Amino acid sequence: MVTRGFSSGRRPPTDGDARIPPGQYLEQGFPVLSAGPTPRVRTEDWSFTLKHGPRPIKKWSWAEFNALPLTKMTRDIHCVTAWTKFDTPWQGVLVDDILADAGLEPPTGFTLAHAFDGYTTNVPVKDLTAGKAMVALLYEGKPITSDHGGPARLLVPHLYFWKSAKWLNGLQFTTRDEPGFWELRGYHIYGDPWREQRYTDDP
Amino acid sequence: MSDAAAVQSPWQMAKIVRIEKRTPRVTSFFFQPSRPFAYRAGQHVDVRLTAPDGYQARRSYSIASAPESGGVIELAIEKLDDGEVSPFFHEVAAIGDEIELRGPLGGHFVWPEDENGPLVLVGGGSGVVPLMSMVRHRAAQNSSVPVVLVFSARVWDEVIFRDELITLDDRQHGFDLVLTLTREAARRPADYSRRVDVAMMAQAMVRLPEPPGLAFVCGSNAFVSAAAQALIDAGVAAENIRTERYGV
Repeated sequence: MVTRGFSSGRRPPTDGDARIPPGQYLEQGFPVLSAGPTPRVRTEDWSFTLKHGPRPIKKWSWAEFNALPLTKMTRDIHCVTAWTKFDTPWQGVLVDDILADAGLEPPTGFTLAHAFDGYTTNVPVKDLTAGKAMVALLYEGKPITSDHGGPARLLVPHLYFWKSAKWLNGLQFTTRDEPGFWELRGYHIYGDPWREQRYTDDP
Repeated sequence: MSDAAAVQSPWQMAKIVRIEKRTPRVTSFFFQPSRPFAYRAGQHVDVRLTAPDGYQARRSYSIASAPESGGVIELAIEKLDDGEVSPFFHEVAAIGDEIELRGPLGGHFVWPEDENGPLVLVGGGSGVVPLMSMVRHRAAQNSSVPVVLVFSARVWDEVIFRDELITLDDRQHGFDLVLTLTREAARRPADYSRRVDVAMMAQAMVRLPEPPGLAFVCGSNAFVSAAAQALIDAGVAAENIRTERYGV
């Protein structure tokens, strides 16, 4: 239903309409959102652990993790609070390369990403592998600031950005699709921006 | 942590039944949803505007009213000059208009169901809105949970809900208001005239009978970062601090 007196004339001009998912608007800045205070994680205290259920499979220090192959990924990102940002340039380690280094075939179809602040978010394995996702270490060629999830954050750019967990410290394979922090608090279990899967009851 | 379970929240039409200017830049719009819903203090709604060409703009706004307010939802909307939704409300929206709305949403930045110690609320500018819902909820419930609200505004005339907050403060019923003005001198004896810092947080918590169980901080990213760090430095555990940021 048309809203009386509202026109699309207020919309910020863009030449990339087809790249903006439904209900999103184009943002030039890089807004910061999180559910708690910003943790300041020092790289000497940082580690990343791959787990299958409760069982640790492999753990990397910052130096060990940085020795893994680095890949560039420039992608549009979409936040559930309705902003979309084009062409964000990241570098990091593909989840594929992490699994290869651990010598691991995905043992289940689901994962839960874990962060230093206790945050969790669930992502199916098929959305992390085949070059779709990475653990990002650099943004615009520089270390990721703590506001944006540094030293390392998950990057799953084709899902709403709450899936790209900040301050990442582990990835856990789970038998079932276990809802994470926001998924337990009203947000969609999968979060595809092109299907506008914002909240739990969205189809 | 006790958080709200997911609830169904389809889009629905809500009629604007009242408009009240709060400050030079903030106006409250009161909505009567066609299907009224229960919500928790601190939750938000999504609002969707549709243009004749089908273009839609969607924004989230925190609810300012208490859950006890009889089904009418108050949204206190700050006018952002370069925005596309807030200028529509400030310049076009009128009583009787029907707006598409969806809610309640959000299950973390909410008044806790298990009251576990006093609460510290810290708001910057329109970041006070979800905290106002909590303060009103506390008053409506006649709750004995001690609450201190530290509210930072640029100037006295931009203190949203000022008279109502001061009235609640004057009751001396376990709710304490600390105002801090960043661009003007303080007007009340125990208020401040500077940005939030660790000393202010420590002094605010002295007004509570025991250390807080939870702290809620809402505002711009810069404000929330500074206030959350000040709370941590004043001894509040990071895991007991819940934040809501505008993003910028």
